[in-house]
Amino acid sequence: MFAAAMAGVLVTMALALVAAARGPSVFDRLLAINLFGTKTVLLIAVTGFLVGRPEWLDLALVYALINFVAMIALLKFVRFGSLGHDDLDAER
Amino acid sequence: MAPIELLLFAFLIAVALLVARLRDLLAAALLLGIFSLLCAGLFVLNDAVDVAFTEAAVGAGVSTILLLGTLSLTRREEKSQPTRWAPLVVVFVTGGALALGILDMPAYGDPTAPIHQHLAPDYIAGTAAEFGIPNVVTAILTSYRGFDTLGETAVIVTAAIGILALLASGRRWKGGAP
Repeated sequence: MFAAAMAGVLVTMALALVAAARGPSVFDRLLAINLFGTKTVLLIAVTGFLVGRPEWLDLALVYALINFVAMIALLKFVRFGSLGHDDLDAER
Repeated sequence: MAPIELLLFAFLIAVALLVARLRDLLAAALLLGIFSLLCAGLFVLNDAVDVAFTEAAVGAGVSTILLLGTLSLTRREEKSQPTRWAPLVVVFVTGGALALGILDMPAYGDPTAPIHQHLAPDYIAGTAAEFGIPNVVTAILTSYRGFDTLGETAVIVTAAIGILALLASGRRWKGGAP
């Protein structure tokens, strides 16, 4: 069953790659990258169960956290051009 | 594990070729994040979970943001250049030499390999006795090779200061007053 789940994750990874390659806008690519990050989380979790080390689930959780934070940072940078942005009215 | 690794390597090559072909630098910078995530997945499959985590946090997070910060100071499109073949030859020769070197190495995970026989037994035996901490990797990084780690940290701090200075000075030019 875990092998089937792994196959599904890998196929979705390939689809996310195609989406990231096609674009065309920046936000399409960002969405594809976020999807790819989520698939990495799932890959690590499923691998943990495949090789008999279910404690890798904790690892996958930490990946989910940094994936979220990194995506917020990327979106903020693409939108505003900087991270240290104190006045939200000054949208460029 | 081997088929999964092969597939991930295939993805890695596909992303690398795509990044090399793209003229849109913003898209290329973002796609490098996927490259780092794939590397992290491969590291996890090879049981190097700490290296994988560093790769995911630094490669997909911090370095992408650094690249975007650099891009905000320059243009988004790469200028088209004539195809040059000399760099390709250099890359293939170097890669071939490295691959030849790998053929000579002991098998992956071989317990009788020199790297597992030379100092590792001393580190494993000495960590609990000499420092009283449970983690061997931490003992090696912070005690056995403490000066080495200090030097690495100094290098990273210098690099960070340099990058911050470069990005900050560019922004001042762009925005007029600091």
